[in-house]
Amino acid sequence: MSALLEVRDLTTHFITRAGTVKAVESVSFDLAAGDVVGLVGESGSGKSVTGLSILGLIDPPGRIVAGSVRLAGQELVGLDRESLRTLRGRRVAMVFQDPMSMLNPVLTIATQMRLALEAHERVSKEAARARSIEALTAVRIPDAAQRLDAYPHQFSGGMRQRVAIAIALLHRPALIVCDEPTTALDVSIQAQILTEMRSLVRDLGTALIWISHDLATVSSLASRILVMYAGRIIEEGPTAAVLRSPRHPYSRGLLQSLPSRAEPGRDLAQIPGSTPSLLKLAEGCAFRPRCGEATDICHEMPALERHGARAYRCHHPLATEARS
Amino acid sequence: MSALVEVEEVSKLFAPRLTFGEKIAARLGSAIETRTVHALDRVSLTIAPGEVVGLVGESGCGKSTLGRVIAGILPPTSGSARIAGEPVMVGNRRPVKRTTRVQMVFQDPFASLDPRKRVGRTIAEGPVAHKLVSRAGAAAYVARWLEAVGLDPDFANRFPHQFSGGQRQRIAIARALAMQPDVIVCDEPVASLDVSIQAQIINLFLKLRRELGLTMLFISHDLGVVRHVSDRIAIMYLGRIVEIGDARRAYTNPLHPYTRALLDSVPKLVLEGDEIVSFKAISGELPSALSPPSGCHFHLRCPHVVDRCRHEIPSLREIEAAHWAACHLAPFAE
Amino acid sequence: MDHPFWRIWAEFRENRTAVVALAVVIVIALVALLAPLIAPQNPYDLAKLVLMDARRPPGYIGSNGYMHILGTDAQGRDLFSAIIYGLRISIQIGVLAGMVALTFGALLGTSAAYFGGRTEAFIMRIVDLQLSFPAILLALMLSALLGKGMMQLVAALVTAQYAYFARTAHGAASVERSKDYVEAALSTPLPAYIVVFRHILPNCLPPLIVVATVQIANSISLEATLSFLGLGLPPTEPSLGMLIANGFQYMMSGRYWISIYPGIALIVLIVAINLVGDQVRDQLNPRLKR
Repeated sequence: MSALLEVRDLTTHFITRAGTVKAVESVSFDLAAGDVVGLVGESGSGKSVTGLSILGLIDPPGRIVAGSVRLAGQELVGLDRESLRTLRGRRVAMVFQDPMSMLNPVLTIATQMRLALEAHERVSKEAARARSIEALTAVRIPDAAQRLDAYPHQFSGGMRQRVAIAIALLHRPALIVCDEPTTALDVSIQAQILTEMRSLVRDLGTALIWISHDLATVSSLASRILVMYAGRIIEEGPTAAVLRSPRHPYSRGLLQSLPSRAEPGRDLAQIPGSTPSLLKLAEGCAFRPRCGEATDICHEMPALERHGARAYRCHHPLATEARS
Repeated sequence: MSALVEVEEVSKLFAPRLTFGEKIAARLGSAIETRTVHALDRVSLTIAPGEVVGLVGESGCGKSTLGRVIAGILPPTSGSARIAGEPVMVGNRRPVKRTTRVQMVFQDPFASLDPRKRVGRTIAEGPVAHKLVSRAGAAAYVARWLEAVGLDPDFANRFPHQFSGGQRQRIAIARALAMQPDVIVCDEPVASLDVSIQAQIINLFLKLRRELGLTMLFISHDLGVVRHVSDRIAIMYLGRIVEIGDARRAYTNPLHPYTRALLDSVPKLVLEGDEIVSFKAISGELPSALSPPSGCHFHLRCPHVVDRCRHEIPSLREIEAAHWAACHLAPFAE
Repeated sequence: MDHPFWRIWAEFRENRTAVVALAVVIVIALVALLAPLIAPQNPYDLAKLVLMDARRPPGYIGSNGYMHILGTDAQGRDLFSAIIYGLRISIQIGVLAGMVALTFGALLGTSAAYFGGRTEAFIMRIVDLQLSFPAILLALMLSALLGKGMMQLVAALVTAQYAYFARTAHGAASVERSKDYVEAALSTPLPAYIVVFRHILPNCLPPLIVVATVQIANSISLEATLSFLGLGLPPTEPSLGMLIANGFQYMMSGRYWISIYPGIALIVLIVAINLVGDQVRDQLNPRLKR
């Protein structure tokens, strides 16, 4: 049984005046239907660009220079704009961090949802309205019938994000890519949306790619985690396994720097240095300058080694018993 | 030991300024609604010398506003904020900050440094203007503070855009420290930083606190970060402090239903048994600060609400030793 | 090498048109600066003028032995020298009026933005009022009122143009005023005048520079217009506008060079300045950046 989404050696570069930014380098992973995978990393890790590349939303000076993305067998890389537009919204959708980047401030929600529906099907106004109300109710917007005629600015941030999710779900896409959808929201609203996403995903069987820097939110939804650093996947595996015993020093460092898991008042275990500039990546493993385990062999880029469900890109992977 | 920072019954109202046309319309009798935001509602707080108080809450709770009132950026509508007995802002019609004893570290390190000035000049500007150091001694003075925050003194000649987010935040901290304040107000100082850099900056705060004996108000929405650095924690909801007490105690035994719900709603990595993450969402939406609920602001979402909560505003009561909560019904049986 | 200026220059260099335009402006400015050394004849020296040489076509060898490359004008002046000196006056007036208007307008606009409230409303209403008048109308009226002369002309031009700077400065300063670094400076606390002059104003310079280049070009053409109409400068110091005016009557009778060549010089100068200004404006426009 082939997976819903097959990404192979996806490579995206940005050609700028200052040089070539290798945002994503040889990223490969599979996603089964109805499954949720988390893409974790800090700024500059390439996680957002990966999501955008899958949807074909990379504009010049960026380009997918290599690799393939297959959605239910159909190749997306190199597809012409028209076909991509037909796919987007219907088979694959995206939810961004800022809901206002997807909502038009001068149109009512009703109009926007109707336009989204009409982009891919013929629907009567009444049918569009009925489906919109149904979609808003599914994301727990109270008084959906009245709120439908409101403008985006009349909603709070959390509500707007819910509307964005509702629009994404309108055509029951097989896959939704969510890029930091709850990062800008308050803690309590984030919790609500996470809970709702969990049930939605279960009920509708939608596959999710959840992109975030926050390990905890990702872990609440994803069955598998991919950790990215400097454009590459450096660790992969089932969520619980990766969090309980990370194999890559960076993953362990991330876990250890979370204050919620540390002794209050005492210094946090910090990863020294900062994320490398993607313009001037050094030879070999990108994490080497900051890694406590690095030796000479780390001047060579390690390959992604797979052992069953786990994978890691490291010459000195941590022992399996290591607890953070 | 008297408190260093005293906030007494501070209220802050934001009313949009009516345009000329609207003023005329109002005079002529047309009903122009003045939407007043009650950002702070009779908030009182004290911070002892050398203490770190964490201020936690969600958007609209007023924590940033309170921080700005203490730092002397915003004058309170009523009530007073004092540092070592002196009011932070003076003047009636256009209050101006007079004291240098309190300084602020802002959230966005990209925006809080003047992009056209070399960072050394930005750091030295305040101290030179207030005669803390002579112009001649400024370079050495700046170098000292750059080292204190873990940066190479040579960086003084660079521009902000040449630094990373974490480095810029260190520069912002150096600027605040260079004024040799007694109190530092940090408004979400690590929110816009990557997780690994957050850890570095938090450690820097801990180190500076140990070495300089800083008194701090640490504002953040991140419960984990706040617990890690604070001695005491105050939780705010819609312009009021709803709970305040020792940091550890507030997290292990939250008295106010909102605190409890907030703690429960943060996804926590559990890693024990089958569960990876645990969290429980609070029901309902955050009410808008434009029209706050009557009585206890939290009553619409509180699982324990009774009739009294809808009409009577609860005041902070000391429920257990040095642990206060603004709730009619606390403490709840476990 | 780190100063933001070098970044701006690197980007500027990539647009060939703008670089050529900048070169033209610099060359003209140098020529104008060195006018006394370059010009074959001093067009202001009335004693040297020989009426016999008047209205001669380009290439004519005058009675003093010079070759008049561009011919002579109605009074017998060497047109080439007259144009060079005319450019000098145009640039002087343009830059002087522009700079004074910039200073005055920027101060006004920034103060209005900083103080807010009634002060701001009052100042900006006056600025708006002035902006609703065409600059040329204002300049004409003031010039007629004040009479002829360099300083009077500059005063008229400044009055007609400061409003553009004030409005731009007000807009930019309002944006900067609410930014964190200004709040940080105010909360040190630093006195208002330091915050305005050392923090807000320098960050408002980019849009002001764009307006300045356009306004300098405008000043030059305004001055030419005024001189053409007989206002502005005295006839003994012929600016480009005056040269064009003097030669206008001869256009139909075939002695085109007396008007055309000063006209071409004026156009080249103004277009070059505008092209440079366009490039600077595009560069400073954040929305065009990727």
